[in-house]
Amino acid sequence: MSWFATKFHSRTLRTAFRALRRNIMRSALTTLGIVIGVAAVIAMMEIGNGSSRAIQRSIESMGASTMIVFPGTAASAGVTFGRGSAVTLTPEDAEAISRECPAVRVAAPIVRARGQVIYGNLNWVPASMMGTAPAFLEAREWGVADGEPFTDQDVRSGNKVCLLGQTLVRELFGGVSPVGQEIRIQNVSFKVVGVLALKGANMMGMDQDDILLAPWTTIKRRITDAGSTNTSSSTTVVSSSVNTLSSLYPGAVKLYPEQSAAQAANTPLPVRFTNINQILVAARSPQQIEPAIRQITELLRERHRIRFGQPDDFNIRNMAEMTKALSSTTTLMTRLLLGVALISLAVGGVGIMNIMLVSVTERTREIGLRMAVGARGKDILRQFLVEAVVLCMLGGALGILLGRGGSILVRTILKWPTELSIGAIIAAVVVSVSVGVAFGYYPAWKASKLDPIEALRYE
Amino acid sequence: MELIRLENICKTYHLGEMEVPVLKGVSLSVKRGEMVALMGASGSGKTTLMNILGCLDHATSGRYWFEDEDITNYTSDQRAMVRNSKIGFVFQSFNLLSRTSAIENVTMPLSYGPKVLSDHEARELGIRLLKRVGLEERIDHEPSQLSGGQQQRVAIARSLVNHPPVLLADEPTGNLDSRTSKEILSMFQQLNTEEGLTIILVTHDADVARHASRTIHIRDGMVESGVYASSAHSSEVSR
Repeated sequence: MSWFATKFHSRTLRTAFRALRRNIMRSALTTLGIVIGVAAVIAMMEIGNGSSRAIQRSIESMGASTMIVFPGTAASAGVTFGRGSAVTLTPEDAEAISRECPAVRVAAPIVRARGQVIYGNLNWVPASMMGTAPAFLEAREWGVADGEPFTDQDVRSGNKVCLLGQTLVRELFGGVSPVGQEIRIQNVSFKVVGVLALKGANMMGMDQDDILLAPWTTIKRRITDAGSTNTSSSTTVVSSSVNTLSSLYPGAVKLYPEQSAAQAANTPLPVRFTNINQILVAARSPQQIEPAIRQITELLRERHRIRFGQPDDFNIRNMAEMTKALSSTTTLMTRLLLGVALISLAVGGVGIMNIMLVSVTERTREIGLRMAVGARGKDILRQFLVEAVVLCMLGGALGILLGRGGSILVRTILKWPTELSIGAIIAAVVVSVSVGVAFGYYPAWKASKLDPIEALRYE
Repeated sequence: MELIRLENICKTYHLGEMEVPVLKGVSLSVKRGEMVALMGASGSGKTTLMNILGCLDHATSGRYWFEDEDITNYTSDQRAMVRNSKIGFVFQSFNLLSRTSAIENVTMPLSYGPKVLSDHEARELGIRLLKRVGLEERIDHEPSQLSGGQQQRVAIARSLVNHPPVLLADEPTGNLDSRTSKEILSMFQQLNTEEGLTIILVTHDADVARHASRTIHIRDGMVESGVYASSAHSSEVSR
């Protein structure tokens, strides 16, 4: 089609416009099919995009874009202790993940505990009791219904504060606001600073509101490690099951004299090793899960000094099922819209073809005359093709405006979420031009094949 | 100097199984600057002959020279170029583009020509030609706002836009009253004598044919008389 590009000058375009203007009403009605088609596509795409984004967001809030890093398996004499039994993850790992992996939105350390929670004369054993950081709420997209979440400062200083899930509030407080009250876990009293928003059951049917969250430092030092000798490697913190006072206020009593700077430099102390049970990681989006897993694996292997060829000492588990549900929702939506779009544009195209055929018949004499004064077949072909394409492009442009207007209207009046789709606009332009070419070609070809003698005498 | 020479042109139409010979060996020549009438009753083959002369149709056999060039076997695109730059057409039914101004009708053939004129040049040329046919007042009028004679004059201006050496007029006065016919015919004569334009008038009307310097009579697909111009009859005024 080189002639189309080289000899396409403004006069052809002007001739096309003039021909369309000669029958302005009919041109308008003809292009209406394309206008409605494109407008429908744009509006549908914008509304569809908006709602699929809304669905995506709500699935994401269920944790679709989160994953959990577990420590690896410890084994002794061929006996494995199951997933998470190795003691390899540290809170620094969590910090490093959220700092160094670009695909990761946020990472929170988790220390799991189990125990009885007591308030007044009521008690309850929550399904999960977790020590974590404020990042946890961010990762799970979990808001606080009442009070305030605990802060990073609380985590650093190991404050005895906690957040309660709705189930726990119901069981212990009977619906009265617990904010500011003190509860006890294993003889350690915690101040309730907030109540988590209602989350309901998860996909497995487990009650997610049966939860207690506290700073991981507090849980680690006062609940899980209290009474165990797990931190025997620690040299700075003394925990003794005998001394209850030191169990309540660790670090308050120094058993050893402070080191001087020179002493410290000469005898580097082993860094205090605190292990955590899990790291909760949220990727930036569900699509970013794969790269996030890759980046975390790389980072943790480096941090844990695992040599090439050796197995990981950790596992990463994601919500593959949810992610799949998510992507299938969006692809289904897109395909559905595409189908509707194609049908409406095909209908519009047939309308264009119909009118172009009528136009060719009606203008047979004109075609004959143009041929008599020297128009070649391809000149006629080009003229009618340009006319059809111009018609379709005008229709497309109008359709884009109408579709945008429609979606803005829907957003303002019905409050539906809509989202501007540049892709849909580009597709609409491309499709309307190709509809013009595809459906304008046959009538134009027919015109170009007319015999000038017959055409001149056509009545 | 011969502008057009036909040699033994035959044209046969195929209607199903039947072969209908329309032209049975027409030979004729037209000199530059002549005004020739092509006369014949309907069915004599004069329209077919005109189509062949106007490069709208192929002959079944025979040869056609135009400006000493053998254009018998030109492709349809080549013939389109000949029609565009060498032949001006004037039709019985004017064939103007409806709802298009006179000037745009006149300059329309330019868009198919080999040379590209700027919009301004094209408009200048159109105005000059419309002045030439006495329509300078009607430049932006549409055909529906013009009388028959005026429409035909627009058509004549259009036929002149590419400066063709020959003008082919097919019953140019067929749709006009006698007074306007005279005007149009005198305009042809004027073009012929003042600008040396070769004009071929196709007609069945003897009164019209009288305006020409020579009449070629066609009957039953054969030239009856007036094949070659005698030097006495040729009106080579300007050349």
